[in-house]
Amino acid sequence: MEAVVVQNMTKTYGKEKTLAVDNISFSVAKGELFGLIGPDGAGKTSIFRILTTLLLADSGTASVDGFDVVKDFKSIRNTVGYMPVKFSLYQDLTIEENLSFFATVFGTTIEANYDLIKDIYVQIEPFKKRRAGKLSGGMKQKLALCCALIHKPTTLFLDEPTTGVDPVSRKEFWEMLRRLKEQNITIIVSTPYMDEASLCDRIALMQGGKILSIDTPDDIVKAYREKLYAIKANEMYPLLKVLENYPGTLNSYAFGEYAHATFKDQMKNMEEFERFLAEKQLTGVEIKSIEATIEDSFIKLLH
Amino acid sequence: MAQGEKVIVCDKLTKRFGDFIATNEITFEVNKGEIFGFLGANGAGKTTAMRMLCGLSTPSSGKASIAGFDVYTQTEQIKRNIGYMSQKFSLYENLTVKENIEFFGGIYGLTDQQIETKTEELLNRLGLKSEAKKLVGSLPLGWKQKLSFSVAILHEPKIVFLDEPTGGVDPVTRRQFWDLIYEAAERGITIFVTTHYMDEAEYCNRISIMVDGRIEVLDSPTNLKRSFGVSSMDEVFYQLARSAKRGD
Ligand SMILES: Nc1ncnc2c1ncn2[C@@H]1O[C@H](COP(=O)(O)OP(=O)(O)OP(=O)(O)O)[C@@H](O)[C@H]1O
Ligand SMILES: [Mg+2]
Repeated sequence: MEAVVVQNMTKTYGKEKTLAVDNISFSVAKGELFGLIGPDGAGKTSIFRILTTLLLADSGTASVDGFDVVKDFKSIRNTVGYMPVKFSLYQDLTIEENLSFFATVFGTTIEANYDLIKDIYVQIEPFKKRRAGKLSGGMKQKLALCCALIHKPTTLFLDEPTTGVDPVSRKEFWEMLRRLKEQNITIIVSTPYMDEASLCDRIALMQGGKILSIDTPDDIVKAYREKLYAIKANEMYPLLKVLENYPGTLNSYAFGEYAHATFKDQMKNMEEFERFLAEKQLTGVEIKSIEATIEDSFIKLLH
Repeated sequence: MAQGEKVIVCDKLTKRFGDFIATNEITFEVNKGEIFGFLGANGAGKTTAMRMLCGLSTPSSGKASIAGFDVYTQTEQIKRNIGYMSQKFSLYENLTVKENIEFFGGIYGLTDQQIETKTEELLNRLGLKSEAKKLVGSLPLGWKQKLSFSVAILHEPKIVFLDEPTGGVDPVTRRQFWDLIYEAAERGITIFVTTHYMDEAEYCNRISIMVDGRIEVLDSPTNLKRSFGVSSMDEVFYQLARSAKRGD
């Protein structure tokens, strides 16, 4: 069964009619973990706001769990969970008070759905008497997530939920999403972290209000046809500049410890490239051919 | 990295809130021109420490000097010699791009002439010329962040403190942001940056990782990976964070 269906949705803003969502269609199956991935301003947040009935589209239709976003907005508000980029916590209420407030609004209690939020909540529970205004950035984010989950929504909309969350907690957070999915909760999530994108069942790559492709992470990576190289040197910034200046370079960018690069002619002339690097006095140079990741696919798409 | 001038010297710097110790006796030094990564799990005490170093919050105990100025007695001089980008957005959303640059230029005491040149330079460098009259609030996050970084170093400070500048920024824009960081570092501006992206940890000359208010390790990314016997900064971070007690 389809949990979320979007058909020809368009949204513009302001007098200038700036196009934020451009005739988009997609659907998400019940219990699917679906990722919206795209650069800032791609239109992700507008889609979230339309699907959670906080914003009206200019044209097109959309439904969540069979409810129409315009006609049945009340039903949708009662059943979905939404965590916007900037979740409004009550700064002068404590962690515990914030959470019970959100539970009460939806006519439930913390105890009733504690198992849903447990994994994340235990991390901030020791500070439950602390006011939200005094939490660190990542702690606020964890509390916001618990608040969005506490009424056991059927569909969960998460707009960049792990921004500001540390790497270890991000991992735990995604394990939690997996478990929610097992309980047949549908999840639509956006994230700037490409390692998270690869954990979704399917992802939609978006740019400029359009969906460029929808596929499983595996198939998106498989569609990357160019030969990709990882190159390392003791000094990263000079290496990046050298790569940029090499005439045979198609695209090059930093990628943690390595720089990644693609070359014209699939790099038939490796010796010439090595000579070029040697001339530039880079030390500790290492070159290897590698498999692309989602992040490489994303960068290529936007290049 | 040349063992030259030390621009941050920090000795047992501590911040307590009631009987909770948010930053616990941290001791370290940062060299001029260095890109220093200040890492740690949520709630480890990074923002708290940074606010003390910027002269925005008075330490409970310990010593620190920033660009030679004391964090207890010379906070005004500190503020004039540093740039700071807070974890929350630091520009005015309801002013235009150009107005923001002019406003902060004024605060930093630049002359009208300097402001004009800087504005021109900056709009060109960031490719924001056609956006100059747009409200900052209407820009995508990544652009805002690049703009606030450029504004934070408008007065060519000795050090710039960046608290999670790339949080929520997409992979392509994140890399453009780091280009700006590299350029500033090349001009001799010391960079002190927090991030939760482990690939960005690799771009730093040295990094420290805080656990429960303390600095647990401090070294270059290469040395850290070697001493933990792992191949990525991710794994270094996992091993350290798992040892955290706060909250258990
Ligand atoms: N004014 C305050 N009163 C009480 N506790 C505070 C105050 N400010 C910060 N804390 C606490 O100090 C600890 C450290 O917070 P800090 O903001 O420095 O963490 P952080 O390392 O920056 O985390 P994050 O990565 O989530 O931004 C947290 O437990 C936080 O709740
Ligand atoms: Mg912080």
